[in-house]
Amino acid sequence: MPTARGWREYPQRYRYEAAVCKKCNKWHFPPRLICDECKGQEFETKAMKRSGKILTYTTIRVPPAPFKDQAPYLVAVVEMDDGPRLTMMVTDYRDKELKIGQRVKLEFRRLSDDGDAGTINYGYKAVPV
Amino acid sequence: MTVGIVGYGAHLPRHRIKVEEIAKVWGADAPSFKKGLGLVEKSVPAPDEDVITLSVEAARNALVRAGNLDPQKIGCIYIGSESHPYAVKPSGTVVGEAIGAFPGCHVADFEFACKAGSEGMFVAYGLVKAGLVEYGLAIGADTSQGAPGDALEYSAAAGAAAYIMGSKNIVASIDHTYSFTTDTPDFWRREYQHYPQHAGRFTGEPAYFRTVMGASQTLLEQVGMKPADFQWAVFHQPNGKFPMRVGKMLGFTTKQMEQGWLAPRLGNTYSGASPLGLTAILDVAKPGDKIFMCSYGSGSGSDAFVYTVTDRIKEVQGLAPLTTDMLDKNKIYLEYGEYAKFRHKILKAEGV
Ligand SMILES: [Zn+2]
Repeated sequence: MPTARGWREYPQRYRYEAAVCKKCNKWHFPPRLICDECKGQEFETKAMKRSGKILTYTTIRVPPAPFKDQAPYLVAVVEMDDGPRLTMMVTDYRDKELKIGQRVKLEFRRLSDDGDAGTINYGYKAVPV
Repeated sequence: MTVGIVGYGAHLPRHRIKVEEIAKVWGADAPSFKKGLGLVEKSVPAPDEDVITLSVEAARNALVRAGNLDPQKIGCIYIGSESHPYAVKPSGTVVGEAIGAFPGCHVADFEFACKAGSEGMFVAYGLVKAGLVEYGLAIGADTSQGAPGDALEYSAAAGAAAYIMGSKNIVASIDHTYSFTTDTPDFWRREYQHYPQHAGRFTGEPAYFRTVMGASQTLLEQVGMKPADFQWAVFHQPNGKFPMRVGKMLGFTTKQMEQGWLAPRLGNTYSGASPLGLTAILDVAKPGDKIFMCSYGSGSGSDAFVYTVTDRIKEVQGLAPLTTDMLDKNKIYLEYGEYAKFRHKILKAEGV
């Protein structure tokens, strides 16, 4: 993963900063320039609450290169309590906790690393609660 | 100016391994290890957990208990650990970015075997007291490893405790602190070595007792207090036995120590150990309670503190997860094979 791209994404990957439309109050994550609900162009930056629920999930058995050590692993679409839907890995789960509607919280975790000598990439993952 | 803890937080991994599970792989006698070390299981970090991730979660809990403190007001971040993920690049750089404390912030990582966490607490406290920062964040965290089959493998565990020091809205004031340091080679790790070396089967016995006693007795003399004046006491816990033994040698009772005595179910969290024990005490402490704490780091040294709990403690205890809940609820037990994979103890071929 190119370090510069990861670096630009810190406000979202590290702090869950969303753009909240000043006109209709819709939360956009990642932030965007024009609200898809009301075409508003003014936003306020707010951090999302770290809670949500699993809408759907799947097991990845043939992963992209940076994640090859972690396969098989689980990826879910999580609906955040503030509204946005995010795709993320699920970690620290027991099989019985894998179900649609399962409540999760976002925790700060290692996502991947560029080998033993490269940088470590951090971000959020879903943990069942 | 009174300075003390304005917010505290803990974080523990969800995974555990029992002493029996490790002993059976090495043909060791589990009951004798359990008795010798005074512990039954230990926490294990998942492959996606390290000192940085545990520290971020603990720091977030501390910020909530500090009344959702604006992280921009934090003027320094000190993370004490002997398992920082990078050899060069402080863990605090990632942690400060993740909690939103940057860029106006002084950052350094500390190392002093198991006492690096209390070192950070001492320095953050000192900087607030000196008026150089409004709030200071100190974290003790480790994901330490023992070599496979070594006695340390049964105890080396993972966890983090975070403290925000300040002078407003204090939940526990720091009334006095004293440090005791000597050159004692009981435990060490040279650069580029994966596992530490130690001088005995149950590492650090003379060093641990001499240093903890030295720091504790001097601090008690300095403040003119005796063990019976405290409601709570917590000591560094390299295993389940040492902290109880040293506490009793000083005159503390089981009742004063058992709330902060996490090692029997948690293992040795190194830099996190006595700071985590203190979080468990603060979770149940009452206004006016006096707390005694003494850390220990091989090499060796101890930092001892006397705290007084304030009325505000009642408002903050329930704002973040309780340490004993994280310790006792929602655990996932590992078999040794999974544990070896988690801890990268399996040697794989290049490029596989
Ligand atoms: Zn809108």
